[in-house]
Amino acid sequence: MTEKSAGEVEPGREPPGSTVATAEPEFDVDALVENLLAGEHRALARAITYIEDRTPGYRQLVGELHEHTGDASVVGITGSPGTGKSTLVDKLALEYRDRGETVGVIAVDPASPFTGGAVLGDRIRMGSTVGDMDVFVRSMSARGALGGLAAATADAVRALDAFGKDRIIIETVGAGQNEIDVVRTADTVAVLVQPGAGDDVQMLKAGILEIADCFVVNKADLDGANRTVQELTEMLQLERDVDPIVRTGHHGADEVEDSQSDTEESHDESADADPEEWRTPVVETVATHGEGVDAVIEAFDDHRTYLADSGALEDRARSRYAEEIRTLLREDLGTLLEAEIEDRGGIEGLAADVHRRETNPYAVADELLDPIRDCVADNRD
Amino acid sequence: MSVEGEQRTIRCLVAKVGLDGHDRGAHVIARAFRDAGFEVIYSGLHNAPDEIVQAAVQEDVDVLGISILSGAHGTLVPKVIEGLEEYGAMDDTLLIVGGVIPDDDKAELEELGVAEVFGPGTELETTIEFVRENVRDRR
Repeated sequence: MTEKSAGEVEPGREPPGSTVATAEPEFDVDALVENLLAGEHRALARAITYIEDRTPGYRQLVGELHEHTGDASVVGITGSPGTGKSTLVDKLALEYRDRGETVGVIAVDPASPFTGGAVLGDRIRMGSTVGDMDVFVRSMSARGALGGLAAATADAVRALDAFGKDRIIIETVGAGQNEIDVVRTADTVAVLVQPGAGDDVQMLKAGILEIADCFVVNKADLDGANRTVQELTEMLQLERDVDPIVRTGHHGADEVEDSQSDTEESHDESADADPEEWRTPVVETVATHGEGVDAVIEAFDDHRTYLADSGALEDRARSRYAEEIRTLLREDLGTLLEAEIEDRGGIEGLAADVHRRETNPYAVADELLDPIRDCVADNRD
Repeated sequence: MSVEGEQRTIRCLVAKVGLDGHDRGAHVIARAFRDAGFEVIYSGLHNAPDEIVQAAVQEDVDVLGISILSGAHGTLVPKVIEGLEEYGAMDDTLLIVGGVIPDDDKAELEELGVAEVFGPGTELETTIEFVRENVRDRR
């Protein structure tokens, strides 16, 4: 019952115009962090809620959790609706548990842009591990308006990491930029494809191809699985042939031990590639029966080894943090400017002025920004 | 861009417990909640009380709505309540029950901590309003 302490602080609505950064926490941050680190599930759940809601205090919370993170391996799984993501995640969680590892899952589902409402159904497919609290499944909706889904996911992953989860899986429908940003939080990204998805494979060319560290052809017992595997393999081959110099140029002369042995599920036949270059494998699974799940885990582990050995793990993490800092700053500045806009009678008034040709958008923006610019200039040493 | 200060998103778990395959009601309510702007986690059919508790705790829902039409509410609901209490989650979870519940049992469930029982014919709006007005402040 000690967990309840997390909820004891009385609300106290944030004063209008103040940013989340400066607002007083609405909950007892230290107690929550302590309980979370002590392994209380409810504290973890509540922490993620505060992160999602951006309850004032969540920044301090995430800030304090950050130093306890870095031990989990984070995998992102994306793919079109109906390819079997949740089912595969369920079986992966089961397999990890069999190996004695603890698992955290963040399942992101779309939300209605009109009402903000959502039905988050991924839990239904995750029946293999029910009753096992060491699999922590959390559904999140893409509350699109905030544009902060990726940030919220990254923070939720931090909470799971700090809690001590060994494996963290982020699952999302690979529909748009927002979702792609979400899976980027992961060290390893798997893209799920189902057989016969000719158009899907076409679609992959447009952008998802680049983010995939591993392709999984699920429902491999269906007709056309071979063809899909073949198409993917060819596409990956093409991709490699296009820019061999870029990919291998800087470490061509390095003596590297041949750490990347081809797994047998890899359908990649070219043997002349740089051993330090990651060759995206194509793995076949039948997730409903758990077939091929081992191979998927092996591919994930291979990729992580590759990342660690090549130094890419750190590079990726650093560039993620850089992006995160930028996003935070944009967001905070945005909030600050919103307050300025409110102060000047709201955006509608300004828009109306522009519409009446009394002013123009650039002038309005300058007018709003100038005091801030001056302030920054004055305070710079 | 920031919506701080606006109404916070209400999270609900709509759950079917036990050997009861009638899920039309749960679907209708899940959809109505969604359209009301809530985030709804649907459990699917045939869950054990433990599973519901696990989902409610992990998802940190504001509202747990259990749909029962099998008549087993007398056994299943207390088990769910017990589980929620074990995790310290009972106090700030609004527990509501929908389905076919005899009046006598209704009083009993409410005694145990069920906030409200919604029988057949309840307007969706009534349930949504109830949730909006009674959801616990959790800060």
